[in-house]
Amino acid sequence: MKFAIQVNEGPYQHQATDSAYLFTRAALEKGHEIFRVFFYHDGVGNGTRLTTPPQDDRHIVNRWADLAEKHDLDLVVCVAAAQRRGMVDDGEAERNGKDATNIHPKFRISGLGQLIEAAVQSDRLVVFGD
Amino acid sequence: MSELHTVNKSPFEKSSFDSCMEHALEGSAVLLYEDGVYAAIKGSAAEGKVKMAQGVKFYALGPDLRARGLSDERVTDGIEIVDYAGFVDLAAEHDKVVAWV
Repeated sequence: MKFAIQVNEGPYQHQATDSAYLFTRAALEKGHEIFRVFFYHDGVGNGTRLTTPPQDDRHIVNRWADLAEKHDLDLVVCVAAAQRRGMVDDGEAERNGKDATNIHPKFRISGLGQLIEAAVQSDRLVVFGD
Repeated sequence: MSELHTVNKSPFEKSSFDSCMEHALEGSAVLLYEDGVYAAIKGSAAEGKVKMAQGVKFYALGPDLRARGLSDERVTDGIEIVDYAGFVDLAAEHDKVVAWV
């Protein structure tokens, strides 16, 4: 079965990021397909490569990236939510005159249409967060 | 059309559990996870609502119960405890997943 996942909360702030990751991992272990993980609102914070948690804590960003590497996941960050919160890739840096980028290479910034497409193309959309 | 409703907030903090209870139809399921597992406590004000719901199956996420120090014995009779794999199965078995936030 094809699942789409929506994450609405930031890392280290709300359990939603952990719940979404553990659900996604369990679905993959069961042989399901994850069509896309869409990070919306504060969820865009899951995609910054600059995150550096204490060594005895889970690395939420790398954990997503490792899962994406292993299963070729499409991790998409909402562009409008990203711009508000200072999440930047090369294209956005150039367009908005920023001097740096912080998006993790396993994530990509795109529009809300990607969430709609994921909902339409998948058998189930599972939403995590408030 | 059967639905899986998910509730992630304590019924003592937000009204999402109550809203869910008003909409869950016969044949649907309710999964309590994150702070939503507090609605699964035996003897709490939520127990009556769980028992009143006709034809609705209730589940609670085991890892979230244990993270909050709630042992299986403290869970209302009739609520099935599942892990993340069980959560995935529930999502697959029902026609859609409705997140009450």
